Amino acid sequence: MKFSPALDGALHAVINRFFVQAFLQSIGRNFLNFLEAIGRFAMFAILALSHCVRAPFYLKNMGRLMIDFGYYSLPVVGLTAAFTGMVLALQSYSGFSRFSAEGAIAGVVALSVTRELGPVLAGLMVAGRVGAAIAAELGTMRVTEQIDALSTLSTNPYKYLIVPRLIAATVTMPLLVVIADIIGIFGGFIIGVYHLNFNAGAYLKNTLDILTFTDVFSGLVKAAAFGFIIALLGCYNGFNSKGGAQGVGNATTYAVVSASMLILMSNFFITALFFGV
Amino acid sequence: MNSVTPKIRFTNVYKSFGTKKVLQGINLDVMPQESVVIIGGSGTGKSVLIKSVLGIVKPDSGTIEIEGRDVSKLSHHEREQQLKKFGMLFQGGALFDSMKIWQNIAFGLIQGAGMDKKEAKTIALEKLKQVGLTADVAELYPSELSGGMQKRVALARAIATKPDVIFFDEPTTGLDPIMADVINELIVKCVKDLGATALTITHDMHSVRKIADKVAMLFEGKILWQGTVAELDTCDNDYVQKFVSGMSTAVKVA
Ligand SMILES: Nc1ncnc2c1ncn2[C@@H]1O[C@H](COP(=O)(O)OP(=O)(O)O)[C@@H](O)[C@H]1O
Ligand SMILES: [Mg+2]
Repeated sequence: MKFSPALDGALHAVINRFFVQAFLQSIGRNFLNFLEAIGRFAMFAILALSHCVRAPFYLKNMGRLMIDFGYYSLPVVGLTAAFTGMVLALQSYSGFSRFSAEGAIAGVVALSVTRELGPVLAGLMVAGRVGAAIAAELGTMRVTEQIDALSTLSTNPYKYLIVPRLIAATVTMPLLVVIADIIGIFGGFIIGVYHLNFNAGAYLKNTLDILTFTDVFSGLVKAAAFGFIIALLGCYNGFNSKGGAQGVGNATTYAVVSASMLILMSNFFITALFFGV
Repeated sequence: MNSVTPKIRFTNVYKSFGTKKVLQGINLDVMPQESVVIIGGSGTGKSVLIKSVLGIVKPDSGTIEIEGRDVSKLSHHEREQQLKKFGMLFQGGALFDSMKIWQNIAFGLIQGAGMDKKEAKTIALEKLKQVGLTADVAELYPSELSGGMQKRVALARAIATKPDVIFFDEPTTGLDPIMADVINELIVKCVKDLGATALTITHDMHSVRKIADKVAMLFEGKILWQGTVAELDTCDNDYVQKFVSGMSTAVKVA
């Protein structure tokens, strides 16, 4: 179909205007939705934290969860740490020998594991294991009205379900990471001594010489923060899940993905806080 | 009559979910020690009505008063104290699936009332017997029970703390007629013996006749009709008559 140029121009203007407007509107709407979601999440976090400092405390729940989060995560976290330490030793050997700097391997392994890879990889593994479990459990409790039932039985769901999970995860992660640090460094040691033929005593001495309190401590602060993030996002997504099995599935996915993203982002900021210049 | 404060009073209660209007101006009084039964087609908002008293659902407008006090104006602490005196049987049971049956029943006694475990377990076993279940299910988990058995456990949990006001959401749905009758008797007993106030939802006209002091019919978001059981049979409202006599053509089933 052909229109006169004037009509064509007008038509274009209308179409442009319509689409541009729709486009901008959709950006605006999404942005507002985003802000609203952030606000809801912040409210949830504040409420949860405020319940952390007020009785009653369900210590038995907390103990059970600490065993579940910590002890049962050991195999996964331990294996991750061992292989990470081993691969670090291999990589830095093949890289550093080009500068005849093989002597730095012990230090590189120790620093990388304690500062970064121990807490971050443990955090990601635990987000997959524990964050998903929290979201699935609370999500199921939500859609089957078990959370509503709690409040009709004189039990505050925040105190009974959320606070124990937040505290258990925040306390357990640093303990897990201490173990991950040791296993990771040991993994590097095994490769260094048995594969690359370093002297065992010299390797250990190098490791201990280079490590400072801040290296380890910064890693443990990260671990605690990651534990908190994992539990908070697991609880938030589970607590607010809707619908049936599909809703619980979505909650679980969001919990793991958002916790993993937030772990990597907060890792940058905590690092900047400790070592940024 | 009007010197007595209602236990629960709904005044112009509205509630929508998105564009779906559920409650559209509920007005209803539940007097102390009265057993009120709500009837109505499924999806008309009966469960939502009960949940709004318990604070699980927040009404968009209107007031709900409990013993003369607007619940939305209570402090957090006062509201908590008030909820302590309530018991609720959820339509789906809502049993804690990570806990054994006896732990489910004893939950309110241990967590809410601070009773010691042994004593709470004794009471739990007693309640289990009252709802027609044997003691050997006490150590099982909810998933190991049939739907009807779960419902009865949920009932036992709702009445274990001897609440002052009890809400039963379809207590006999999914039960055989004999067991349904046992449950009806139990509800009557709770109200008569314990002096509790009860608000029950049911589709079962047999239950209605057995337990109701007052019947209220929910239709299109409003209380279409209310009265005693005797009045139910003589009432001239067409829809109510059809509902009561079970003429399914008139009953919208969602
Ligand atoms: N949490 C909710 N979110 C959205 N819609 C809901 C929610 N709860 C109930 N509804 C809707 O409200 C209506 C009434 O539900 P309900 O009170 O459960 O019906 P019934 O009278 O069968 O108990 C239904 O259409 C249901 O879809
Ligand atoms: Mg219902």
